Amino acid sequence: MSMIFGVPLAVLSGQLLIGFINGAFYALLSLGLAIIFGLLKIINFAHGAMYMLGALVTVVLFNTLGVNYWVALFLAPLLVGAFGVLIEYFLLRRIAGQDHIYSLLLTFGVALIIQGVLTNIYGVSGLRYAMPDMFKGGFKLDFMFLPYYRAWVIVVALLVCFGTWFVIEKTKLGAYLRAGTEDSQLMQGFGINVPLLVSLTYGFGVALAAFAGVLAAPIYSVTPGMGANTLIVVFAVVVIGGMGSIGGAIITGILMGVIEGLTKTFYPPASSAVIFLVMVVVLMFRPAGLFGKEA
Amino acid sequence: MSQSFDSSNVRKAILDQQKSQDRRKMLLNGVLLLLLLAAPFAMYPVFLMKILCFALFAVAFNLLFGFTGLLSFGHAAFLASGGYTTGYLLSNYSGLTTEMGIIAGTLVATLLGLAFALLSIRRQGIYFAMVTLALAQLVYFFFVQSAFTGGEDGMHGIPRGHLFGLIDLSDNMNMYYFVLTVFIACYLLVQRIVSSPYGQVLKAIKQNEPRAVSLGYNVDRYKTLAFVISAALAGLAGSMKSVVFQLASLNDAHWHMSGEVILMTLVGGMGTLLGPVIGATFVVNIEYQLSQGPLRDWVDPILGGIFVLTVLAFRSGIVGEIQKFMRKNLG
Amino acid sequence: MTMTKKLLTSAVASALMVGGAQAAISDNTVKIGYLADMSGTYRDLAGPNGLKALEMAVKDFGGTVNGTKIEIVSADDRNNPDSSSSTVRRWVENDNVDMVAGLVASSVTIAVSKILEENDRLGIVSGSAASSITNEHCTPNHIHYVYDTYPLANGTASAVVQEGGKSWYLMTADYAFGHALEADVTRVVEANGGEIVGSVRHPFPTQDFSSFVLQAQASGADVVGLANAGSDTTNAITTASEFGVTQAGQTLAALLLFLTDVHALGANTAQGIQLTTGWYWDMNDDTRAWSDRFMEETGVRPTMVHAGIYSSTLHYLNAVAAAGTDDAQTVRKQMIDTPINDMFATDGRIREDGRMVHDMYLAEVKTPAESKNEWDLYKILRTIPADEAYRPLSESKCKLVTN
Repeated sequence: MSMIFGVPLAVLSGQLLIGFINGAFYALLSLGLAIIFGLLKIINFAHGAMYMLGALVTVVLFNTLGVNYWVALFLAPLLVGAFGVLIEYFLLRRIAGQDHIYSLLLTFGVALIIQGVLTNIYGVSGLRYAMPDMFKGGFKLDFMFLPYYRAWVIVVALLVCFGTWFVIEKTKLGAYLRAGTEDSQLMQGFGINVPLLVSLTYGFGVALAAFAGVLAAPIYSVTPGMGANTLIVVFAVVVIGGMGSIGGAIITGILMGVIEGLTKTFYPPASSAVIFLVMVVVLMFRPAGLFGKEA
Repeated sequence: MSQSFDSSNVRKAILDQQKSQDRRKMLLNGVLLLLLLAAPFAMYPVFLMKILCFALFAVAFNLLFGFTGLLSFGHAAFLASGGYTTGYLLSNYSGLTTEMGIIAGTLVATLLGLAFALLSIRRQGIYFAMVTLALAQLVYFFFVQSAFTGGEDGMHGIPRGHLFGLIDLSDNMNMYYFVLTVFIACYLLVQRIVSSPYGQVLKAIKQNEPRAVSLGYNVDRYKTLAFVISAALAGLAGSMKSVVFQLASLNDAHWHMSGEVILMTLVGGMGTLLGPVIGATFVVNIEYQLSQGPLRDWVDPILGGIFVLTVLAFRSGIVGEIQKFMRKNLG
Repeated sequence: MTMTKKLLTSAVASALMVGGAQAAISDNTVKIGYLADMSGTYRDLAGPNGLKALEMAVKDFGGTVNGTKIEIVSADDRNNPDSSSSTVRRWVENDNVDMVAGLVASSVTIAVSKILEENDRLGIVSGSAASSITNEHCTPNHIHYVYDTYPLANGTASAVVQEGGKSWYLMTADYAFGHALEADVTRVVEANGGEIVGSVRHPFPTQDFSSFVLQAQASGADVVGLANAGSDTTNAITTASEFGVTQAGQTLAALLLFLTDVHALGANTAQGIQLTTGWYWDMNDDTRAWSDRFMEETGVRPTMVHAGIYSSTLHYLNAVAAAGTDDAQTVRKQMIDTPINDMFATDGRIREDGRMVHDMYLAEVKTPAESKNEWDLYKILRTIPADEAYRPLSESKCKLVTN
């Protein structure tokens, strides 16, 4: 068997694929953060909590009302997005125009509240969520067993990512959005309800996080704390990509998934630190990230 | 004629006002000092020392955040590196006197601060916060991996030893007055820095960095120095804390600790001298009281609520709001 | 042996002295402090429900010891040794707390045990896993009651190897607890004629285990051993089930799983996993009766830690009653001298290093077909006798044993 640095090629291919899948997942999470920062200049430290809410809502909807996976895939992001709109309307709006740092602190506080309250209700052991029947099993590739569900994750995550990118960067709606958030007075003059646009944008950003949460529910342990550490990693991804760059967030997300996957193969203990190392190095050479514009 | 008459009158009025403000400030500081000196007779000394250590940590952080306008999200790294270094040295080299261990811990934090500053100081705003966070995560990773820290078990049984080889610090009262002396010295140092010409430049950088650059200041040098001093004081706080508690743990290195010091500074009042001290006292107390009371399962959400409330309603913090009130009502 | 005798005589002497001088209960109350993680990672295995178990014990004892009242205070440890130190110092120095119960995170337990030793009070550790607590960190002031990493590794690993699982791949959480488990498992596997063919140290905490599962599959090992805990273990098991690890013929062996974890996974995902436990709610009429009462109070079935908190508190109160004092060393001596026979343990005994040794159980998670309800999760495969389960005193580094 051919080997690369002592690792069989087959194992390496598997790791690359897995890294790519995780990367697509990171891309989905970073995308929401990048939209919220890029368009609204809000540093959303509640993004991890929103991801967790997406997963938790999926489980709770199933347990109480029997809502199945496919419905949850739409319903959970919708509910969490609506919750996001409320947070924007009642809290974030009050500090609009202040230093970005305040939005970080405010959303950090919001995340602590959400996590703490849900811990007291649901505990920390995790909630059970069964894999939908149609995803049981997987493809037997030459180099690995690829569960159907992971294949689905990569397809749907990439679709949503590129769809969102397309809408914001290439359509009229996206142009309104970018213009409305950049020069709100002008757009208000055109008769566009800018405050509503801002609320909806925030709601959409967190809905993306919740969507990632629904995707996570069958494969990860669903606990109120599940977003806390993911948040820091996803933030690093967005910073490496260039805060506010939507395409940058997607590409960097995938890239970081692959780099993390390779680290898990060659030096596993460093796999949680490697992204931060990359971030420090990238920012030394490109102060605004890989795809960001220097202010 | 009349003009000069007016201006001298105004100047006199301003001077009078300043004098009365200074007098008020001195009085306040005097009262606080007396309270701090008497405190261990009324309250539990180890708990007071914890407050002082965190107050120093917050004062250090505020020098950077409140006076220079740089939000570091990685200050836990300095607190922890100071604590671990001091703990390791005092546990393994019995010839070392306590203050030598503390100085060594502070020194390591200072050097780490310099390294952080070199890598991060040119970044702006949120990028600066994120680079410091990333660097602190790398430091955390190092501490988790290293055998000398004891991993998640922590480092235990650090001897308090003798100050200058003479004063027995295992006595809580001796330890308290030592920590208090160090704290006051550092507080005065920061006060001095802030009111010095150097401090004025820092404030100018905070208010308008491009203007400071155009005035010919080497802004990066000023910011680097502020960062290093801040890291040194944070490390000193960590070193003393490890001696007080006779332990050092990963909690001090975790990014939540970097968040907590922001909370302390914000609640107390960023950019004020006394703010971080009040903020640290408030947060440490609230956490302690809540964790024992009927709300003990709800500490985190309550802290989160304080965060939200402070940002929304009291952005200038306890001390800032009081100052505003005084200015409005007492002139 | 002579050392042991010396220790015993000194204990007896101090008991007599105290018994003669002040055979009374300090400040006319027996005060118990409950310190545990009430809001963080370890909340479910002890946490608020552990406090309920403690309260049940006090109530069952009658609420008073020889006429003096029993009081309970409690606090969240914040998983933080300095917050916990502040709390326990105030408890022992100001509030006159006689015994501290709960104790979960190892950093907290070690810090607290030092304070208890300084002030000569008792601690009963029910939640911590680290076997170092009664080894290099032992004190004459704390007792480790429910389990530790030694029997976890011993029970599961030796059973699995004996059933033919000769080659092992280990997934180890990369921190002290994981390293300790890994070392113990390696020793047991090799002693039983098996071998470790590979291992990976993953960061703590890790959410996505697919990369590590893939490596485990590529290793071709018979057994994939999980030397981690909590959400790391449940995530690893979920991913292993998704990637068809067991279907492909590999066995999963979890070294530390609590009932709450298995409940979270469900029989469907966790079926067939072998694990070692110190207690299970559905073992006999006694355990079932107590668990029913616990469930009425809390709505869930108890973990071994909950049961251990109840049992150890009763054992402590009985000892206080028998000794007629709450003096730490006298009570400890009484606790050591009395075997433990209750719903938790049969012939359990506390050794001089503070380790409570009792029978442990090798269990297998039931299949969905076997499981009658959501808490009907374990089949007990065999009993691991107390003497085989725990680290023998001859290997101990505890200062109470070695000198």
